[in-house]
Amino acid sequence: AMEGGPSARIREGDCAVLKRDEVFKAVSVLRRRKIIFEKQWFYLDNAIGHIYGTTFEVTSGGNLQPKQEVEETTTETKEAGTDNRNIVDDGKSQKLTHDDIKALKDKGIKGQEIVQQLIENSTTFRDKTEFAQDKYIKKKKKKYEAVITIVKPSTRILSTMYYAREPGKINHLRYDTLAQMLTLGNIHAGNKLIVMETCSGLVLGAVMERMGGYGSIIQMYPGGGPVRAATSCFGFPKAFFDNLHEFPLSKVQSLLSGTFNTETLPADPEENALVEEESNGLTEEKQTSIQEAEEEPTPEAAMEINPTEEQDTMDVNAEDVEFKENKEKENKENVREKQIKQWERRKKLLEAAALLREKNADGLIVASKFHPTPLLLSLLEFVAPSRPFVVYCQYKEPLLDCYTKLRERGGVINLKLSETWLRNYQVLPDRSHPKLTMSGGGGYLLSGITVVLDKGKSDSSNSEALKMEEPSSKRCKLQDLPC
Amino acid sequence: MSFVEYGDTIKDGDTAIVFLGHESMFPVKVQHGTVTQTKYGVIRHSTDLIGKKYGSKVTCSKGGWVFILHPTPELWTMNLPHRTQILYSTDISIITMMLELKPGSIVCESGTGSGSLSHALIRTVAPTGHLYTVEFHQQRAEKAREEFREHGVEHLVTVTNQDVCKNGFGVSNIADAVFLDIPSPWEAIGHAKSALKAAGGRMCSFSPCIEQVQRTCLALEEYGFTEINTLEILLRVYNVRTISLQIPDLGKAAEGNSSTGFDSSNPSHQGSPCANLQQGTVQFKSGVPLREVVGHTGYLTFATKS
Repeated sequence: AMEGGPSARIREGDCAVLKRDEVFKAVSVLRRRKIIFEKQWFYLDNAIGHIYGTTFEVTSGGNLQPKQEVEETTTETKEAGTDNRNIVDDGKSQKLTHDDIKALKDKGIKGQEIVQQLIENSTTFRDKTEFAQDKYIKKKKKKYEAVITIVKPSTRILSTMYYAREPGKINHLRYDTLAQMLTLGNIHAGNKLIVMETCSGLVLGAVMERMGGYGSIIQMYPGGGPVRAATSCFGFPKAFFDNLHEFPLSKVQSLLSGTFNTETLPADPEENALVEEESNGLTEEKQTSIQEAEEEPTPEAAMEINPTEEQDTMDVNAEDVEFKENKEKENKENVREKQIKQWERRKKLLEAAALLREKNADGLIVASKFHPTPLLLSLLEFVAPSRPFVVYCQYKEPLLDCYTKLRERGGVINLKLSETWLRNYQVLPDRSHPKLTMSGGGGYLLSGITVVLDKGKSDSSNSEALKMEEPSSKRCKLQDLPC
Repeated sequence: MSFVEYGDTIKDGDTAIVFLGHESMFPVKVQHGTVTQTKYGVIRHSTDLIGKKYGSKVTCSKGGWVFILHPTPELWTMNLPHRTQILYSTDISIITMMLELKPGSIVCESGTGSGSLSHALIRTVAPTGHLYTVEFHQQRAEKAREEFREHGVEHLVTVTNQDVCKNGFGVSNIADAVFLDIPSPWEAIGHAKSALKAAGGRMCSFSPCIEQVQRTCLALEEYGFTEINTLEILLRVYNVRTISLQIPDLGKAAEGNSSTGFDSSNPSHQGSPCANLQQGTVQFKSGVPLREVVGHTGYLTFATKS
């Protein structure tokens, strides 16, 4: 079967995700780079060339070794108790001491064998019920068998990872809520989509995955530049960024009023770099994806991307002139490079502005730390009629306000305020039940569909719309005045 | 128009959604010379629909009006003719994400049922992916084929009329993901495994009963699937209401010590003091849960073939 293709193998420079049980961590696959994950350190060198999904054992010296499968539990006749009436917790059931266990570990004994020894040295193990034995083994395995699976990044994995590790960076957007957004927003290939997020670029990445490089995305950003730390964890091909545009929020008003110009850009690229750096604690190492290289080119990256520049630099080297001259030329190059960059940024900004001005976007996705009402009231102007929009907020109250203001504005129907609950289950023979803990909150969504805005007689159509959508809401509206 | 590509104007042959109001809408096949009856009067397709922009307000014969919406899998799910129990968008969304579907994915599904999930799957894997869907009920299979044709997505889907538990999906080693919504999914796990690519893929089974989940999980383990995980997702919808609560009379006004005067600690959601339109009441906005909500649709069991 050739379906795996080259992409199914772990390659140097890839963005990959480490997985141990339910814990994930995104990393760049680099040689001779120490990784610390779940209190263990190791190198990824040996993983290169293996298929994604391979499970590795950490051996001495931090090397990874593919785990040999099928170590079916021994065929010896199992002995087990039926209840715990005679099991007394005297703290002495384990005959191995802490020092013994440490000695085993230091000798480099495999985790699997340590677990076996722990079982053999437990005086109560045989008296435990079969289920309790099972649980005991699982617990010990988790502690002593250091296995790590390397998986390919996806929205499923990265959104689960972010929610568990750094919920603050994604405004506590739970993965099932993100899933709702993608569906409610009808995100698919060919969309022309507006995204406004402050979720480290996770929502953007999720949208890009669903669009598969088809269509265009205009990312609206606050401050000096869009944050895309999570986006870069996806390891998207470079082509996915060809139709990714960005536009500063601070320019939206001028674009809507027709006074927009590019003379005053919001900030220089250095500031972008800072924003990106600050928000990127997840992978510890500096992100090295193509995307970031594009966003804030380092000199090397810029050379790789821009063939003319590479040519220029090679010419400089080839000339092999005096050091001073060389340096001067370098400076000139830098100035020119900066100008080119500035010019390219301006060109991209104008492109994004032109796309927005068409006011025919196929949808709007908002998931930010800001109050959603002003964002919606402005950004919906850029969306075509009969298109879905979805707003995420960690809190319900701002969405209540947003709902009311959108009703007053008109031009939207089928408004829905919702939340999802997620419950995980343990499913084992005779031991099935919901998991003991579930997430308390994954945020709220306000969704709806745009319609042609009847500007002339907006007042009367509003009250009609209200009546139409909710017959009982007439009274509410009367009471609805200054609140 | 198609379900995988937006169009601006309504054309002859389109499937459009007539939106009458909150939760009240229905699909209509746009045809020259046809009329559609609504409670607001008649809609004449030739003059009222064709050539108009999607999202337009259309005035019906009795003076009432409706909006005409572009179809999407989500609107279709809310309006499709039921031939079976269907999956709704809340479950569909988590299925799509957990199966890691995207443009280009190859998906196998059984049963096709009323095609609610099928439309969402097709939307997500288009334009380069494909859906192989298996339905053992001949009439349903044919109806699904017809709908896919009408919706402009027939090139993205293959409907097979056979029993997935006996005969599998009719394809092997090509799928990135498999979805099962059948009464005895454990009988189809082997077929699911062989439909998935040799390099691996994701799988999901939907079952209303925990006993079904139990057997499915055992079968998944037996066939070497990993990352077996069962979950349940529930939707809570809130009505936005302005609530007004009476202030109890504790005799304070008699003491001249002013007020119903609620300070900033009032429960207003806007952070500003609420209007006391009537003496002795306080108002606030609230998201009120519906009186009755769906408490269970089904358990979703996910697993990985690696």
